[in-house]
Amino acid sequence: MNQGFTIPKFQLPGFVARLGEKLPQWPHAVALTTALNAAVKMNLLPEESLEPMQDKTFLVQVIDTGGQASFTYRNGFFRPIFRPVGSPDLAFRANLSAFLQVASRQEDPDTLFFNRELSIEGDTELGLLVKNMLDAVDLSQFRPQLPKLPFSLPLGQR
Amino acid sequence: MDRSALPDLVCPAGSLPALKTAVDNGADAVYLGFKNDTNARNFAGLNFDQKTMVEGIRYAHGKGCEVLMAINTFPQPGRTADWRAAVDAAADMGVDAIILADVGLLDYARNRHPNQRLHLSVQGSATSYEAINFAHREFGVRRAVLPRVLTLAQVEHVIKNTPVEIEVFGFGSLCVMNEGRCWLSSYACGESPNTVGACSPAKYVKWDKKPGEMETRLNGILIDRFADNEPAGYPTLCKGRFDVQGETYYALEEPTSLNVLEILPEIVKIGVKAIKVEGRQRSPAYVTQVTRTLRAALDALANESERYHVKPTWQAELSKVSEGNQATLGAYNRPWR
Repeated sequence: MNQGFTIPKFQLPGFVARLGEKLPQWPHAVALTTALNAAVKMNLLPEESLEPMQDKTFLVQVIDTGGQASFTYRNGFFRPIFRPVGSPDLAFRANLSAFLQVASRQEDPDTLFFNRELSIEGDTELGLLVKNMLDAVDLSQFRPQLPKLPFSLPLGQR
Repeated sequence: MDRSALPDLVCPAGSLPALKTAVDNGADAVYLGFKNDTNARNFAGLNFDQKTMVEGIRYAHGKGCEVLMAINTFPQPGRTADWRAAVDAAADMGVDAIILADVGLLDYARNRHPNQRLHLSVQGSATSYEAINFAHREFGVRRAVLPRVLTLAQVEHVIKNTPVEIEVFGFGSLCVMNEGRCWLSSYACGESPNTVGACSPAKYVKWDKKPGEMETRLNGILIDRFADNEPAGYPTLCKGRFDVQGETYYALEEPTSLNVLEILPEIVKIGVKAIKVEGRQRSPAYVTQVTRTLRAALDALANESERYHVKPTWQAELSKVSEGNQATLGAYNRPWR
């Protein structure tokens, strides 16, 4: 996976976070929940993993962009939380590069946790469930397939 | 070196993507478990249901990779039927071997499925050839996974005195290594790998971030405190730092990973049949990194034999994914016995 391209570890300059914190946060939550709902609709996330997430509140904070997304899962849908109240049930915090490395399956979240590049706070079992649920999504079924030619090329025969 | 002399590379699969990447990166066998407490990595969202198990077995067998099913916890009072059902299901699905720890279950599997290949789990805690030969004589066990407490010389002694194939750990997180007999997790939270299939279950774990440090608590017990940027480990009691007579240190075991790359030629020479990678709880990224590195090392050993040397890139790849960012040869190179 990620053959030919790796995401390096990096940290954005401090002003990015200072600026990002001043921007509205709701677009992050809307974007993230839209993606998660698409995954639910495609049956990528098993029901048995989603059920324990009912009414739980989540926070994903990207430290060096100053962005964060608060959301919950209720009745089959992930929903943005526009005005979070109190502590979330589960919070993931990391720099952008760490989130990208996890999302692209380049790095293992445990590795990033050991290296203190990813923090998980709140309901640890819920965190493990989310991690394992995302790990279990079989991305190989989405690899682009080259169109099949209606004839065989002699060069392709071995 | 003759490739047939190489040990099998046995890799962990906690999910279908992990299984596929292990197969694709050169595993000779993958090991996995059901989504319940019949295996010792019973964590939320991990492992295989019927559908993914069938697909995983099909995928592995399609590429010539063996599938080993871990049913390596101990049947709990009144629930023996659950463990027997797991054995029956594994046999019906056509796995290449079932990895068992409990003697009652070994007896059941032997009698119910006489043609099914059986392996003795590391949780079976057999460290002597007498114990292994007993499992061979009574239950027809064909392979035993050795606990990580023996020196290389002791492993060789076992191999010389048993007809049973010997599998040893080659990479992965270490703990206090009292495998199959450890009750530290139960001491802290009343649940352990033997009983519920999980050491230090996540529901008891709390990571508290405070200014300049992070505290790890297991069922309320403070087990460690990390400064910012200090490498962390799994939240188990054996890897905690404790105040012992006025001094705070890792009193039982440091967070660290086993890494046998340096002694791979010796491991092969003494006749080890399989090398196991720990980590069914880890993500597909880890399985990819560790499988391809150990595959490269084993292939180099086959091709270069006497000229085998550990490449810095292999060590860099493995130390990155190691717990606590450090690796050890563990018990293999202890000068004392």
